[in-house]
Amino acid sequence: MAHLGVIISMLVIFGGLAWLLFRSIKGREVERRVIFVFIFVAVAAPILFPITFEEHASPVVKGLFDHIDTLPPGSRVLISFDYDPAMAPEVQPMANAISFHCLDRGHKVVFMSLWATGQTLLFNTLEDVIRPEFPDLIDGVDFISTGYKAGNEGVLNVIVSDFKKMFPTDVNGVPLDSVPIFDEINSCADFDLIVALGGGRPGPKEWVLFVGDPADVPIGVGVAAVVAPQLYPYYPRQIIGMLGGVKGAAEYESELAHRHERFKNMAQPGLKMMGPQTLAHIVIICFIVIGNVAFFRSRRRKGN
Amino acid sequence: MRQQIPLLITFIVGTLLIVSVFIPPFGDLETTFNIWFDIIAVFAFFLGGGNLLRVHINKLRKRKRDWGFSIVTILGFSVMLIAGLFKIGNPGDIASAVDAPGSLFYDIFNSVQYPLSATMYSLLAFFVASASYRAFRAKNREATLLLIAAFIILLGRTPFGVMLTGWIPDSTSLLQIPNLAIWIMNSPNLAGQRAIMIGIGLGVISMSLRLILGIERSYLGGDK
Repeated sequence: MAHLGVIISMLVIFGGLAWLLFRSIKGREVERRVIFVFIFVAVAAPILFPITFEEHASPVVKGLFDHIDTLPPGSRVLISFDYDPAMAPEVQPMANAISFHCLDRGHKVVFMSLWATGQTLLFNTLEDVIRPEFPDLIDGVDFISTGYKAGNEGVLNVIVSDFKKMFPTDVNGVPLDSVPIFDEINSCADFDLIVALGGGRPGPKEWVLFVGDPADVPIGVGVAAVVAPQLYPYYPRQIIGMLGGVKGAAEYESELAHRHERFKNMAQPGLKMMGPQTLAHIVIICFIVIGNVAFFRSRRRKGN
Repeated sequence: MRQQIPLLITFIVGTLLIVSVFIPPFGDLETTFNIWFDIIAVFAFFLGGGNLLRVHINKLRKRKRDWGFSIVTILGFSVMLIAGLFKIGNPGDIASAVDAPGSLFYDIFNSVQYPLSATMYSLLAFFVASASYRAFRAKNREATLLLIAAFIILLGRTPFGVMLTGWIPDSTSLLQIPNLAIWIMNSPNLAGQRAIMIGIGLGVISMSLRLILGIERSYLGGDK
């Protein structure tokens, strides 16, 4: 049934595109609403009839994956959730996969957020991934959430030298001085890796400028696709690896499933979302071709 | 006097913060100033909330255009404020997080704000497709270059890029579409981004000096 659905939707999309191409050869432009309908079908069809593709991690994704994989168990990792629900469909799959990976490797993970909305999304990761998958891990010993703190870059400027000055308690009001995970953590310099997830400001770029460089801590990032090009100047010296958009999340999930048997049976939203993204990209490419055909045809007519 | 005092504060604070970066004994000053900044930033939340209410209540009172949306804004603001302040349904104690799982705040966030925000953002896909159709046309040499780059990046971000050019031998693997996409990101994109960043950096330094030295006064509300 699913295969039939895929075939029918492909016929509808590509049949329609062929018809539009034929029209464009005659020099006719495509109306905006028609483009909207095609994008809707291209996104909806792979959701209703799932299509999955095999993904291979690119070097930029592998950089972060390998770093987490090769850190000795017990290493201290800080993960910051600096995003809002608008970015969550792209970034949350990365957050879940990276959190799973770190805890599965036996690292001690501290979660925090520089965005007010990030704290609730952090709770989602705790509820959806960490508590069901790692029921034996203890809050305060193996992982901890310090929650959200207002102040943007100001917060980073303080925690780079004194973490507890800005976060005296965890998200539930438990003093950090009394939790074992913070026995050997005084500042950001005591972390073996910082993973900044987000895409806005403050976000990964601020983590590099205010913490990564001054404290000499490796930074890994996971960002919305539109932000990724802006972070390439920091890769690979200041940012050890980067996950950009759904593609980055899918590559990370794929690598995780290849190397960690346990992850194969878990939800892999990044890989699932690659179906709609791939089809939407192809439809956009087809429309660019159609647009150029119509453009050249109309130019030739004007020339005549 | 109304201008001199803010200018003096800006000069002293700006100079001290620069000194604190370069002279180690002053290093603690930076932390202290940052904590002060955070305290002030928290008050911005109160101001922001108060201002939002004031603007929309005025709009409602005067029955201005689209006043119906103001009702939705005020209702949404009030419901979230009450759910958070009184920790309705919160399973934890008074010290627990406002948005702890199980609380009304958490449920509204996940059931209303999350899908609404994600939907608004995802609408971009429609506009991007429409804009690509109209903008990416080979009108001249520069536009053609942009068009080719867009093609490679779009294909490189999908498994189709691998399928189309996976047969190219390893000796010329740079010609594979995903590798070409990586090259565009790592070379032309990186060069452009660095140039922009260096330009912004120099701009920030010059603007900061203008502020500290009192040359730039627009933040005081004009040159009156």
